[in-house]
Amino acid sequence: MLQIRLPVNARPTEGQLFAAPESAENVKRFRVYRWDPDGGANPRIDTYEIDLNDCGPMVLDAVIKIKNEIDSTLTFRRSCREGICGSCAMNIDGTNTLACTKPISEVKGDVVINPLPHLPVVKDLVPDLNHFYAQYASVKPWLSSDEEPAAGRERLQSPEEREKLDGLYECILCACCSTSCPSYWWNGDRYLGPATLLQAYRWLADSRDDRTDERLDQLDDAFKLYRCHTILNCTATCPKGLNPGKAIAETKKLLLSRKRS
Amino acid sequence: MWLQTLMPEAITDVSKQPDPRPISPFLIGPYYRPQLTSMLSIASRLAGIFVTALTMPVMFLYLLAIAGGPESHARFVTLLGSLPGKAFCLVSLLCLCYHLANGIRHLVWDTGRAMSLKAIYGTGYLMLAGTCVLFALVLWRALA
Repeated sequence: MLQIRLPVNARPTEGQLFAAPESAENVKRFRVYRWDPDGGANPRIDTYEIDLNDCGPMVLDAVIKIKNEIDSTLTFRRSCREGICGSCAMNIDGTNTLACTKPISEVKGDVVINPLPHLPVVKDLVPDLNHFYAQYASVKPWLSSDEEPAAGRERLQSPEEREKLDGLYECILCACCSTSCPSYWWNGDRYLGPATLLQAYRWLADSRDDRTDERLDQLDDAFKLYRCHTILNCTATCPKGLNPGKAIAETKKLLLSRKRS
Repeated sequence: MWLQTLMPEAITDVSKQPDPRPISPFLIGPYYRPQLTSMLSIASRLAGIFVTALTMPVMFLYLLAIAGGPESHARFVTLLGSLPGKAFCLVSLLCLCYHLANGIRHLVWDTGRAMSLKAIYGTGYLMLAGTCVLFALVLWRALA
């Protein structure tokens, strides 16, 4: 459903200010979304002043510094700190990206940090991704083939066939693209969203997979696939530089060429 | 439904009680940075709505006015010649040009072409330039 205002219980209020120590020389303000599941209060925006001379270069470094040294109640996901696990995906300075690969120096003014957009908040910067993962599982993201490979051998692909998976297999399912998509905001209950559709195309494009027809049958749906209106916020935001919009366009083309034949 | 079959535990049964959790901030503008991608898209929608809901009915009224004879035609022309009438014509023309130009961009995308991030922005600016040229061209022909 199209919403033009946040629901009343989702509107953030102004929170606390954690001022930098007097000795700090290179202060940057981090405005961080907070919501505590206990107490029933609205979300709030807390402001933390950080001395950049005493902090790592990435936004995740600052968020970890806040948790370690200023406010241990701040909750967020993080793991690899090098852009391969997808855990620290959040909305930083108005776009979705990975906190670990986003340099603080790229942000002009205060660093505003929100959870990934339009998801139920579990706590602070941790959104509920269950529905996102269930949608991913629904496209059966695994190799499915009638043929068994020769005993003890792998399934062979030509270099050209393998090349078709470049730009697809690198997706780490951080959900930055799906939660940047206005269409996914309004129809995320039924529209699969860019991340899941890119993953679906990854198996359509795989020469070793035999289930192309079944996969296309499943995607041929006014909501699951065709709620993509080519806004392309997904491609603009992907922290891995992938192109979900292109994958969706290729999927639509496959469906169209199938209908023609 | 298909989700419930596949992963029943992943779906919260909303019928039992309302979800007390807030939805994370999502609006373009206050929370999500307006970018060329989303702005051109929403503008295309708005232009389409303007043309369908306002320009087209006025054009039908114009046909009726012609059918009604010279007097009703003259009345209609006076009405459109007023300042609000002229403004309406200009906005209509702009919406039409923009919707057409962006429509062509979407057709190109439908063939899978020009979809790199660079091309998305490049065709975006090209399309805006095309809109201006088309607008100026039609206006120049109409006023000549």
